[in-house]
Amino acid sequence: MTDYNFAYLDEATKRMLRRAILKAVAIPGYQVPFSSREMPMPYGWGTGGVQVTAACLVPEDTLKVIDQGADDTTNAVSIRKFFARVAGVETTEATARASVIQTRHRIPETPLTEGQILVFQVPIPEPLRFLEPRETETRTMHALEDYGLMHVRLYEDIAKHGEIARAYAYPVRVEGRYIMDPSPIPKFDNPKLDNSPALQLFGAGRECRIYALPPYTRVESLDFEDYPFTASKAAGQVCAICGAEDSYLDEVITDDAGGRMFVCSDTDYCATRVAAQAEDAA
Amino acid sequence: MQLTTGFASPPIDAARAFRLVLDAMAHPARIVDLPEIEAPAPCSPAAAIVLLTLVDATTPLHLAGAHDSESVRDWVRFHLGAPLVGPQDAAFALGAWDALCPLGRFPQGSADYPDRSATLIVEAAELRNDGARLTGPGIEAEAYLALPDTAALQANAAQFPRGLDFLFTSNVQLAALPRSTRIGGA
Ligand SMILES: [Zn+2]
Repeated sequence: MTDYNFAYLDEATKRMLRRAILKAVAIPGYQVPFSSREMPMPYGWGTGGVQVTAACLVPEDTLKVIDQGADDTTNAVSIRKFFARVAGVETTEATARASVIQTRHRIPETPLTEGQILVFQVPIPEPLRFLEPRETETRTMHALEDYGLMHVRLYEDIAKHGEIARAYAYPVRVEGRYIMDPSPIPKFDNPKLDNSPALQLFGAGRECRIYALPPYTRVESLDFEDYPFTASKAAGQVCAICGAEDSYLDEVITDDAGGRMFVCSDTDYCATRVAAQAEDAA
Repeated sequence: MQLTTGFASPPIDAARAFRLVLDAMAHPARIVDLPEIEAPAPCSPAAAIVLLTLVDATTPLHLAGAHDSESVRDWVRFHLGAPLVGPQDAAFALGAWDALCPLGRFPQGSADYPDRSATLIVEAAELRNDGARLTGPGIEAEAYLALPDTAALQANAAQFPRGLDFLFTSNVQLAALPRSTRIGGA
């Protein structure tokens, strides 16, 4: 049978992953344990996301893979090539054309649409881990909705730094119930999690957890009445390539003399804007 | 004994079927069409596809009422290899609503592990987008689905994050009602 290895994993493994994904969708924000499998890439390369993607792909899919917003990093290219080979899917760099997007540490700037699936690679799925290293304890805290310690810790941040000092992996509350780690996306991306028309799936390979945000799910970044959440980025900066004021920017060193500029982290968003500007000028 | 066929091309058929089931679970009350397949009486093609996609030797299955037939049992043994169990041990259950009730017999998940609860495949005469008003995750504003027993399903949803998840099947159609869906009310 030539299609035995469709999407690399064996059928029993995919069934196990698919059952976990359905439970994750049914319990938004709750981390479903699963039995992680060896993938032909190291853990840091997003084996959790790769397994979730493998369980979801159909031959008709168009897959986009981004690493920190970029389609052309070694990591993104190798995952894209992997699925083109083992699942026969078409690949793309265009957010709007993709049916499945696997991402490491960003949400695309182009708004996602109904029917799209965004798969996050997650290094540490447990948002309470920095407060409590013991899995049995964090599990009980989630079960009892005992999130007081989390709020105390965030408030200590404010006392010390004047704000919640977390630029990445900023914790969220899902439908007023589970506190969830959105993976190390910049907090700039947090508002995109809320009420998204796309299905968002999170896979942590090393820690063997899958969790999900169904479309149109209420996702609130943790904050306080007197210190409301702000999705700020470096103020007043625009992309040096496309001039975008609304996108998340990376600071790039341009020469040995310490020259630097800010450019869109989302390479497809930037290139699409540049192409549109060229067309307008023509 | 005649064993009806399973998936013609298991990896790809299962992948396509899962995406439809996922689409249904991610959009409660959305009625999706699954492919035609030969199913053992009285099992619907949609229910047979769900079983082939999700159930195997690692997932205890409860067959309720008329679905606990020789033809279904033979088919399960041949295609799935799932252990047939009583409701209290089931990861999945298949039957008509009345045969599956009362719902409290099935694993509801624990506070620590709410995912350890049963998924019920409920065979229905038809699926209709009317009746109970549904809101919650997966539903943009509101959705409607004719439910067999609104009060029992409201009680299930009230246990969230514990509770059962439902896949309603009729002929080749499927609609999902996860525990997260709020039923009724303004
Ligand atoms: Zn740009």
